[in-house]
Amino acid sequence: MLEAFFSSWVLPTLRVSTPLIFAALGGLWCERSGVVQIGLEGFMLVGAFFAAVATPYFSNPYLGLFIGGLAGMILSLLYGVTVLKLRANQIVSGTAINLFALGIPPFLSKIWFDSTGSTPPIPSESQFHSAPLVIMVFTVVGSALIYHYSKIGMRLRFAGEHPKALESAGVSVSWKRWQGVMMSGFLSGIAGGTLSTYLSSSFTRNMSAGRGFIALAAVILGKWKPIPTVLACILFGLTEQLQIRLQGVVLWGVEPVPVQWIQILPYLITLLVLAFAVGRSFAPKGLGQIE
Amino acid sequence: MKSNSISSLRFGTVGFASVLILSVLASVPAFAELKIGLVLERSGKDDKSFNASAYQGVKRAEKELGVTTKTVEAPDNSAYESLQRAFAEKKFDLIIAVGFHQLEAVKKNAARFPDQKFLLVDEDAKAPNVRSVMFEEHEGSYLVGALAALHAKGGKIGFIGGMDVPLIRRFEMGYVAGAKKINPKAEVFSNYLGVTGEAWNNPPKAKELALDQYTRGAEVIFVAAGNSGLGVFDAAAEKQKLAIGVDSNQNWIKPGFILSSMLKRVDESVFDSIKMFKDGKFTTGLIRYGVKSKGVDYALDENNAKLVTAADKKTLEELRADIIKGKIKVPDYYLVQKRK
Repeated sequence: MLEAFFSSWVLPTLRVSTPLIFAALGGLWCERSGVVQIGLEGFMLVGAFFAAVATPYFSNPYLGLFIGGLAGMILSLLYGVTVLKLRANQIVSGTAINLFALGIPPFLSKIWFDSTGSTPPIPSESQFHSAPLVIMVFTVVGSALIYHYSKIGMRLRFAGEHPKALESAGVSVSWKRWQGVMMSGFLSGIAGGTLSTYLSSSFTRNMSAGRGFIALAAVILGKWKPIPTVLACILFGLTEQLQIRLQGVVLWGVEPVPVQWIQILPYLITLLVLAFAVGRSFAPKGLGQIE
Repeated sequence: MKSNSISSLRFGTVGFASVLILSVLASVPAFAELKIGLVLERSGKDDKSFNASAYQGVKRAEKELGVTTKTVEAPDNSAYESLQRAFAEKKFDLIIAVGFHQLEAVKKNAARFPDQKFLLVDEDAKAPNVRSVMFEEHEGSYLVGALAALHAKGGKIGFIGGMDVPLIRRFEMGYVAGAKKINPKAEVFSNYLGVTGEAWNNPPKAKELALDQYTRGAEVIFVAAGNSGLGVFDAAAEKQKLAIGVDSNQNWIKPGFILSSMLKRVDESVFDSIKMFKDGKFTTGLIRYGVKSKGVDYALDENNAKLVTAADKKTLEELRADIIKGKIKVPDYYLVQKRK
């Protein structure tokens, strides 16, 4: 009984939540450092592509995942330059990053594989089994510890909460924000990598399918704190899982519930939770402000 | 947050579309004999399925008939009209629009360019200058449904559809009927990926759906979901169960785990139409491809030779003959819908 529950609810929910959790933690670090991050979707897409290319190339999914992370980080440097160095509007730049990222996989896959935005399948011997779940747990625990108990975490939070105080303590606010941005790029790249190498076995066009934005919603729902954010991701994963399980289920002995009703569940639950359960959500005070 | 995502995607596709259109305009060869423009759906020529099949047909025509072809992929459903129009303005001889999403765009452009010839696959445009090709998916699905039931000792099979639209419901209805013909007690689990275009491009979710169905006891799953189908094949390999592919012959993707593929010979229909056009025999109006003309069929090749037995083949051929003779009436979702 317990085992069945584990294998049919707990594991699938965690699997579906894995990319969300990586991306949301990335978004959390970035937003906490005071930089708005709506480019998660773009980093994810690029990470997913490069992980799917690198894994069969090196026959090593770990290396592939890491390269996916690096690819996300490199794209995040571009975002860093525009918003931190050139002080462009963060929402507009983030949107631009997402658009730019849409074009990268088709462009490169055309050159490498003569395809428009899909990669050859990853052979089963170099596929992940459940390692990303373990990596995810370590990342969550590590992030929470760094966030609450380390100097690095504290300073990063101050960069977003009270940049002036941090500056008067002789710490570079801009460097902390660079760290936040790069962290979001790396973790979202990994998030994308889990999509293409763990949850499926190749890259297909636009495969992030809005997950970057759901991750961002999870950050807000989790009030910009690590554990609540992770729980919010799991809530989204659970609603997706519910959506899968409830399709075609006969309720009250009548016709199966129409699929459309089931499919609004994640959005409905999100709305309800946001409206009633969470109360006010306070963004970091210095979010989006660069002086 | 959701609205953010939607508006940004919109932006993206508009920008992307204009780039595509520019590239169409820029790269038309100056002196070519017969110019064929192919407009594919967003899942593109590498979906290893429906669009891939159309693309193969065009490539074959290029090789065997010596025509010049140009292929574009729509970044989203709002781009079809301008992509088709770009071809029409460049005086392409024949414009091929693939997929039911293109219906409205073809209707508009056919009216705007009355001398331009179009080929529309998967819908009926009902316009004097459009040749519409439709497939009797329910008949082909009936055959693979029977095949699935033959391979499900426990009597449980699954269906996974992409976007929840009448076309895919038609696959499902034929499949269920075929399974019940072999095993009246057969139980069919059915899931859809979603109600938006993302449903065609979400293998991770398709994999979860398939894992769930296999866990509930399904032994064979038929998937009609574009790119997302790849996730179902992954699940089949992981669970050591069987899946059935769709549109193109997908048996090669996971040999040994793909029982067969329900072929929709889009490639044949496209090639035939181009050939007719070249020979001056192009006709407009609605043309239907069914099991009779092998426009829909089940795939047999070296990848599934060990899976499909001689007895299976015999049963399926009998069913095919009965459908052609009219002895078996395969339920058609389109007609059922109309009656409602």
